[in-house]
Amino acid sequence: MYSVKEPDLGTPPSQAQASVSLQVDGIPVTVPEGSSVMRAAALAGAKIPKLCATDSLEAFGSCRLCLVEIEGRRGTPASCTTTVAPGMQVRTQSPNLARLRRNVMELYISDHPLDCLTCPANGNCELQEVAGVVGLREVRYGMKGENHLDAPKDESNPYFSFDPSKCIVCSRCVRACEEVQGTFALTIQGRGFDSQVSAGGSDFMASECVSCGACVQACPTATLMEKSLIEHGQPDRVVDTTCAYCGVGCSFRAEVKGNQVVRMVPDKKGKANDGHSCVKGRFAWGYASHPDRVQKPMIRAKITDPWTEVSWEQAFAHAASEIRRIQAQYGRESVGGITSSRCTNEETWLVQKLVRAGFGNNNVDTCARVCHSPTGYGLKTTLGESAGTQDFESVEHADVVMVIGANPVEAHPVFASRLLHRLRQGAQLIVVDPRATELVNRPHAAAAHHLALRPGTNVALANALAHVIVTEGLVDEAFVAERCEAPAFERWRAFAAQPKNSPEAMEEVTGVPAAEVRAAARLYASARNGAIYYGLGVTEHSQGSTMVIAIANLAMATGNLGRKGVGVNPLRGQNNVQGSCDMGSFPHELPGYRHISDASVRASFEREWKVSLDPEPGLRIPNMFDAALHGSFKAIYVQGEDIAQSDPDLQHVHAALSAMECVIVHDLFLNETAKFAHIVLPGSSFLEKDGTFTNAERRINRVRKVMPPMTGLADWEVTLGLARALGLDWAYEHPSQIMDEIARLMPTFQGMSYDKLDRLHSVQWPCNEDAPEGTPTMHIQDFVRGKGLFVTTEYVPTEERTSSRFPLLLTTGRTLTQYNVGAQTRRTENQRWHGEDRLEIHPHDAEQRGVLEGQAVIVRSRKGETRLRAHLTERVQPGIVYTTFHHPESGANIITTDYSDWATNCPEYKVTAVQVSAGVQPLGAK
Amino acid sequence: MDADKLARMANQIAAFFATDPDPASASAAVASHLRRFWDPRMRRAIFAWLDETGGPGLSPLALQALQDHREQLLSTTPRNPAPATA
Repeated sequence: MYSVKEPDLGTPPSQAQASVSLQVDGIPVTVPEGSSVMRAAALAGAKIPKLCATDSLEAFGSCRLCLVEIEGRRGTPASCTTTVAPGMQVRTQSPNLARLRRNVMELYISDHPLDCLTCPANGNCELQEVAGVVGLREVRYGMKGENHLDAPKDESNPYFSFDPSKCIVCSRCVRACEEVQGTFALTIQGRGFDSQVSAGGSDFMASECVSCGACVQACPTATLMEKSLIEHGQPDRVVDTTCAYCGVGCSFRAEVKGNQVVRMVPDKKGKANDGHSCVKGRFAWGYASHPDRVQKPMIRAKITDPWTEVSWEQAFAHAASEIRRIQAQYGRESVGGITSSRCTNEETWLVQKLVRAGFGNNNVDTCARVCHSPTGYGLKTTLGESAGTQDFESVEHADVVMVIGANPVEAHPVFASRLLHRLRQGAQLIVVDPRATELVNRPHAAAAHHLALRPGTNVALANALAHVIVTEGLVDEAFVAERCEAPAFERWRAFAAQPKNSPEAMEEVTGVPAAEVRAAARLYASARNGAIYYGLGVTEHSQGSTMVIAIANLAMATGNLGRKGVGVNPLRGQNNVQGSCDMGSFPHELPGYRHISDASVRASFEREWKVSLDPEPGLRIPNMFDAALHGSFKAIYVQGEDIAQSDPDLQHVHAALSAMECVIVHDLFLNETAKFAHIVLPGSSFLEKDGTFTNAERRINRVRKVMPPMTGLADWEVTLGLARALGLDWAYEHPSQIMDEIARLMPTFQGMSYDKLDRLHSVQWPCNEDAPEGTPTMHIQDFVRGKGLFVTTEYVPTEERTSSRFPLLLTTGRTLTQYNVGAQTRRTENQRWHGEDRLEIHPHDAEQRGVLEGQAVIVRSRKGETRLRAHLTERVQPGIVYTTFHHPESGANIITTDYSDWATNCPEYKVTAVQVSAGVQPLGAK
Repeated sequence: MDADKLARMANQIAAFFATDPDPASASAAVASHLRRFWDPRMRRAIFAWLDETGGPGLSPLALQALQDHREQLLSTTPRNPAPATA
């Protein structure tokens, strides 16, 4: 059921440039060529009844309610499938039309339960509304004929019910599943009177449905209905906000009754998601009110002591006194903080400011350290800006898409739907991944090339692609000559052309047949528009930064930068990874990616903050752990990150946390890190605060408070309280004031304000005098650094090697229904889909080890061992095993190593040599 | 700080810049990376280890960079005077 409060123009907008003028009920209106009469009428203010039409779906023309009369034309055509023409005179109301519409409604209602007063859609039902509009007063056929009123409900899905007795077979759900989501899970089964919506399996949960909810949103009746709405009733207000899960950053309308969220409806105005969502964003928000939420600040002297609840004031005073005590004893550099990519830009800004201005050092880092820090380094080096180059809409203009080390169908599902839509239109796909991800072979969109490389050999493969491009005359010479530094390019060209980088030479390293590499390189380089999208399968390697550089090299060499449909696009993991990096969360950079050694930049912050800043880089997260074990790092303030679960080589992490004298955890839940904490500050969910998130396309979206903070303070107010206890004179009364400060100090945010965000809905940075409404595509005329810089990318094998003791390579990834370490999604019904992490192993490797499907196995690495249940699948190659990491008990990071990216220390999660053997219960880490 | 780990990190950095055909430029690039990304205590620690052991296991370029740019890497930039409060 679609939100009643959003206008629905009936059919999607036409993208045509030319316009057409016509009259609807005598009212002149001008619309783009190719628009439907229905849409033109809606824009003219004329309301045409409709049931099978909605503006998120292509016109279907089945319900026969939207009939109109057109001067000079015979009959009563459906306005949804009739396109406008110059000078057209349309009548939307006449006695004849009224009669026809009433007749149609009579037929619908003769097979529909008349339970409007007890129906959950009461007051927000399109069928009910149309019955009123057409003036239906009787059903001449009666209600006793053959009907579907006793059709059984399907309640299998935890989030929505399917009541076929209310279905009018308008096919909106089926079309939404196809056109919007791209899963094709639903169909109309049977013919004529027997036609019914079917999910294919015995019920929705047993089907291929991914619970994105597009069908629920499209349904014009109560057939597909959110269970939360059935429980709570219709909302009384709506708050526009932004999802707090992945880096797509979907816009939502939170429909609320009192302080109870009734449902989350994706916002059609959201440019990141265009009204679509996934199972997490739309449905998995119950964690926000989960009883596990920490309600009160707590302190304890030792981590073996029980917790004592205290007031906020006591907690702030205690935390401040501990920080000052430790600094007095061990030095100013002995304390630090970690910002959260789950928190808002404003909150992240305050934490890094607290460290820099309050702690007096640069020991601030963020969870991007363990995911996309190489993106920052690699793109800054080559292009001049630490961010992706496009907006998501750009993929709809791509002709060849290369997805490297990313699985958007699982991890960025709303972007994946856009990508799949483009692939169905004919764009070609290259997948570079050790595993046959969900993109590789779908019924409606298969990859032209799957380069199934060995984990850890990304750079070798990229060099092989580059070799083909430079030796087969595929370089865009004009682009390179105009846009890039010539000497560096010539060095790179000579490097790439070396025989050692040929696909044939690299085949032994990567395991990818040379002919396949050559074909993929030709396809990408020859495309009119070639776009690269990549994920953590690129960055979480010892050569993560090198690979990002290699990707930028490929894009520059082929001229695939600076316009729609191309680009280098990191798919960010968390909702605000981009933002947390933008806000100066790295220990070597002030906000806006400006090095701390830059005296003039530092001076601008010093003037604003009225403190003297440390000009030296601080510790990165892994360095903090090492320094803790060395005795020079003694206290940490961790906002919204579970480092005791999410970071690699956990025994090392746990030892480091145990060595600290003050660990302050600021989080929604008593997470794994809280086991090592001395102070816990309760966090607030995204529903409980104002602020902004910045998604993977540099889009700044507003987060708006839907309900008061459960604990009394939003996260930004908690950091504010801590800062004041430390003696800082901070006077923010609203996050908008923090954004104003950001705009004063960051040139790329210079034109940003909450007023502008309210007006434009979202803005992509840079937003300044040159681009007052933001920048969807970067590097159009020049690169941010001026000329693009090619950098040679020698392949250096990881030190993590297989051996006779550890003959398999473990790599990791995510699944659709869970999110990162699972702190949120494990506290929702999403557990029904993924209640445990499993180890994917090839049947050949399993047979050699006597491992059976579903059996518990021991996974040993050089760092430790854990137990997981096995899943035998040819999705992984022989020699490679794979697991997700959403459950703490599976202990994936017990076995990962401390190897990391050379430039940024981003951990090498994606390559761990392991042995797998048939094990016994219990599951979990040892 | 764990000297073995610091040495490994230095070697990784050197391996990236080793493609620079100019040895002096490669050495400077390694040193610049260490200067811009390593906390001063990490820089001090690797030199303490280097002085004590001679740097066993360091790649030639990593060792060269540390030797060539010792002063730069062990220096720290002084803070600006605290600005006047309003």
